Amino acid sequence: MTHIPNAGQSAIIEELAEVIVANKAWLSEIDGKIGDGDHGSNMAKGFGKAAERIHGKDMSLDAAMLVLSDVLMGEIGGSMGPLYGLMFEEMAGALKGRDDIDADAFSAMLHAGLAGVQGVGNAKVGDKTLIDTLVPAVAAFDAAKGRGFAAALTEMEAAAERGRDSTIDLVARIGRSSRLGERSRGVLDAGATSCCLILTSLGASFRKRLS
Amino acid sequence: MQRFLNNPDNLVDETVAGFVKAHRDLVHISPENPRVVVSNFAPRAGRVGIVTGGGSGHEPAFIGYTGRNLVDAVAVGEIFSSPTAKSFADAIKAADGGAGVAVLYGNYAGDNMNVKMAARMVAKEGIEVATVVANDDVCSAPPSERDRRRGVAGEIFMWKIGGAKAATGATLSEVQAAAQKAIDACRSVGVGLGPCTLPAVGHPNFQIEPGTMEVGIGHHGEPGTRVESLRTANEVADDMLKIVMDDHALPAGTEVAVLVSGLGATPVNELYVLYDRIETGLAAMGMKVHKAFVGNYFTSLEMVGATLTVMALDDDLKALLDMDCASPAL
Repeated sequence: MTHIPNAGQSAIIEELAEVIVANKAWLSEIDGKIGDGDHGSNMAKGFGKAAERIHGKDMSLDAAMLVLSDVLMGEIGGSMGPLYGLMFEEMAGALKGRDDIDADAFSAMLHAGLAGVQGVGNAKVGDKTLIDTLVPAVAAFDAAKGRGFAAALTEMEAAAERGRDSTIDLVARIGRSSRLGERSRGVLDAGATSCCLILTSLGASFRKRLS
Repeated sequence: MQRFLNNPDNLVDETVAGFVKAHRDLVHISPENPRVVVSNFAPRAGRVGIVTGGGSGHEPAFIGYTGRNLVDAVAVGEIFSSPTAKSFADAIKAADGGAGVAVLYGNYAGDNMNVKMAARMVAKEGIEVATVVANDDVCSAPPSERDRRRGVAGEIFMWKIGGAKAATGATLSEVQAAAQKAIDACRSVGVGLGPCTLPAVGHPNFQIEPGTMEVGIGHHGEPGTRVESLRTANEVADDMLKIVMDDHALPAGTEVAVLVSGLGATPVNELYVLYDRIETGLAAMGMKVHKAFVGNYFTSLEMVGATLTVMALDDDLKALLDMDCASPAL
């Protein structure tokens, strides 16, 4: 298949929430090394709450993303609340009104999400943030789009993982861990890690529905 | 972990609930948003509103500085996590008396983003917002990168001066300028002797080995610039004062306000031991202490340690610092 319907796909966000909640302890552990160790609990709280609100409702993917965005921006706060909140708000905006989501729509969604993050944060590739995951993942999807939707998703997921791992050798230049300078080198960035979970979960959910 | 807890997820809501009950003569929860604490004296028609906000776990900051001639409304975040943009926006609305609102907060990534988004939200309703970002923590970045420094206990002086200026009927830009001048006149340093634990995490997320201290530690346990053997109180006080005053470079004869705050688990008497030496050191440098504050003013859960803040004063700042105010913490 080359596309999935937009309607009735809120389970994709529930699946995403499941992944985030399952990785709560890991995310907090990573965050604890160079942050304050609350990334996992804040993410799990936000995504978990959104999943509860979505559960059992027959929603389009963009509507479910808006529920998630509202929870993150209205109830979670921190740095991740606005960053992911705006990312999902912009992603939802790119899907709104579409009956089907094909590779072009998915690409538009990724670009909108990236623009949302960049609209509120100032990070660039190499700053040891979620941008190090998101930017190469979006580029990899676009580059592989010609080989089919599912193949592009696989490439996106792989690039997201490489992007996440690239943060190990980076020195943080933005956010709380940037205060550590050289001491931030040698560990994963928690935001890059959660962003990778988001992209690989979305990728897997889409691939499952495409096959 | 030996703590007074019910469900850690409800800790912040329970903190706020107890706080407004204990201080109902001064503050209340916003009827619009359970994560906004509002002064009983706010808003004041025609006066500039003062707003702050930040993560919980620093009590009495931030909510404790809500009151008369001080902060009008505070956005409350999760433990060590910025409040939502919506909470900042609701706090701004609660503080708005029609003359604009000054948001005076600390330099942290989350707060910067959420305040920026909140300002956008309330602009749609015609509320003018000015911001001042506190960056008094000397060890968090070199002087050449002062805009990257964190805001710590100097924020209390920024709120005091901003709140007092607003009480004089000053305009939004005058209040902003006064608060900016206050934080520009502040330098702070923290020393950590023991770590803190986020209740939802359950174990400390950093370690300070017994017998050592972390000089330059941040309000959430951000590592300092040096880890070294713990020395006597006088030696630590001298070190803290040197860090602050080297960065300050004040001429002899300057009048200063001094704030020594515990980080949560240090006995208050030890803070006085530090202060005794600090005032002696200031006098030796030719500084005159106009006013001192010693106690748990801005904590970090149960961290063992203390912060020192020195604010240089002129006649204007002195008058505003001395203005009468009423809040749970000041």
